[in-house]
Amino acid sequence: MRKTFASGNIAVAEGAITAGLKFYAGYPITPSSEIMEYLAEKLPKLNGIVVQMEDEIASINAAIGASWAGAKSMTATSGPGFSLMAEAIGLAVITETPVVIVDVMRAGPSTGVPTKTSQSDVLQARWLAHGDYIVPCYAPWSVQEAYDLVIKAFNTAELLRTPVIVLSDAVIAHLWEPLTMYDQGEVEIINRKIPKGTGIALPYKPDPDLIPSMPIFGKGFKTIVESLIHDERGYYAPHESAYRALITRLNLKILKKLDYIFDYETYNCTSECDYMLLSYGSTARVTYIAMLELRRRGYNVCMLRLKTLWPIDREKLVNSCRARKIVVVENNIGKIYMDIDRVFKDREVYSAPILSLEPPSLREVLEVISIWL
Amino acid sequence: MAVESINIHPLDKHLRVDRIPTLYCPGCGIGITLGAMLRALDKRINEGLIDPNKIVWVGGIGCSARTVFYVRYDAAHVLHGRAIAFATGVALANPELLVIVVGGDGDIAGIGGNHFIHAARRNIDMIVVMITNFVYAMTGGQVAPTTPRGVKTTTTPMGNPEPPLNAIKLVSALNANYAARASVTTPHYIENFFYKALGIKGFRFIEVISTCPEIYGRHIGLRDPVEMYNELKKRVKYKPKPSIEDADIDWEKGIIIGEFLERNNPSYLELLRGVYGK
Repeated sequence: MRKTFASGNIAVAEGAITAGLKFYAGYPITPSSEIMEYLAEKLPKLNGIVVQMEDEIASINAAIGASWAGAKSMTATSGPGFSLMAEAIGLAVITETPVVIVDVMRAGPSTGVPTKTSQSDVLQARWLAHGDYIVPCYAPWSVQEAYDLVIKAFNTAELLRTPVIVLSDAVIAHLWEPLTMYDQGEVEIINRKIPKGTGIALPYKPDPDLIPSMPIFGKGFKTIVESLIHDERGYYAPHESAYRALITRLNLKILKKLDYIFDYETYNCTSECDYMLLSYGSTARVTYIAMLELRRRGYNVCMLRLKTLWPIDREKLVNSCRARKIVVVENNIGKIYMDIDRVFKDREVYSAPILSLEPPSLREVLEVISIWL
Repeated sequence: MAVESINIHPLDKHLRVDRIPTLYCPGCGIGITLGAMLRALDKRINEGLIDPNKIVWVGGIGCSARTVFYVRYDAAHVLHGRAIAFATGVALANPELLVIVVGGDGDIAGIGGNHFIHAARRNIDMIVVMITNFVYAMTGGQVAPTTPRGVKTTTTPMGNPEPPLNAIKLVSALNANYAARASVTTPHYIENFFYKALGIKGFRFIEVISTCPEIYGRHIGLRDPVEMYNELKKRVKYKPKPSIEDADIDWEKGIIIGEFLERNNPSYLELLRGVYGK
């Protein structure tokens, strides 16, 4: 275990290294660039490769190719680059390729404000590509958690043969905090299942957990990475039965591991809460202070912070707290609110959106919450 | 017990024969191209220079790209235009792998143009075979970046107003180690050039001028496969050591085939080893 002082972007890079990153492809974009810069210096010394590609489309596609060549791979970007990666995230889904995509959110749409923060990509992370799928998505609120959740993102990707998204933002990216990093053996590292032997392997034949072993290139498996709807061999199968079977399995394999993927934390939650503040990512930091302040003022209020944005475990959330009124605080027009409102059908759920280019101030957060108290 | 007589083609061992018949139209040049490539590969494998377990075929989207899922090797049939980007990740993450990209002119030089340029500039260790049919065939006959001026396509009904892209000239202006052009009317040159490319490092590019009577032939009045093949054959001329200027494609003046470019520049992996110090 090593203690250091690091920024969120460095923590992302270090988390990836701890998880076993061997290939990074990226394209410079504020506020994510330090991730690539840091890795460019460190990864080659660890027998890894960092390559700055011609654009974000090339970056994600190269990362997917590298994963099939056997390397744990990652790319990082921000909103505009994330938009360009849309199609290839669908490719990673249908080819069941482990790959980690870090989106360091900035204000959009379009070029927006490159240097300033936002949480406006949370639904983009969920529905970026066309088609039916679920991509797990984690949102850290601190430098330490950026490190921890990137490790978890790699583990999730390898365990489930899926792309995984980490949503950081400009605040977390450039925030410096103490960071504890793990050495080998101090943290669980999951590696993909690879078929035994060297004969022909079926790249999409699932085990009972619905997850197929991954016949990576160069081992004699004669694997086919197939972007079309395919059968277990990877052969194009434009039939309804094959389509239904594949799409159902791709979604179910994620949901079956919901217990592993979904994570949250509650603060000051008792069986007697009147109000619950719900937040995530950098905005949760000030929401936490707002919760303490409201308690000081005599409100019976607690807080829940999502670490996993997608997929959401409804049952766990509903049973997390009995508060009658829930206020969702987020730095966008109120996006996660839509799902929270659906999850807590029988409660009063309110949206407290903030559109702030800086970390929202305590005064601002108290203002938007107070409307509903 | 009756003895079954099975005719096995010498190249069958390279193919996923259970996927044949292919989707290619009668008169399509892709089968000729793939056959020539496989004969060259077969030679290299027999020479003991290439381990068949270390070969990866990558294709994007289009008729030509689909060759990759007919061969009995590790393969990836990925996104339209992104074969070279995917292949770059494969080539860099495991330098032991021999990466072969096959695609059409639309896939490689149209939507994939940016990756094509930068892979050639970096001299990435891969072979790119571009099968040029001058049209977007799989989608039904729209104009391609290689379509000659004046040709009527479904999206240029008054005739194509645009000058075409010349991939040999483009690659030559960059840092590729090899650029050659053959034609489906000269399969021995496809075989020779691909055989040669298999023995070189860095970015290797082979353009194969192909016949597409079904789609392109319909546009230029050569709908009959034999007629189109013979018309192309008349126009293709082999030239030893052609200059880059010879690379112009002109249906009236003829199409020069040959080896336009041979260099021994350090490949990307060699350049990386240089700066990484190992």
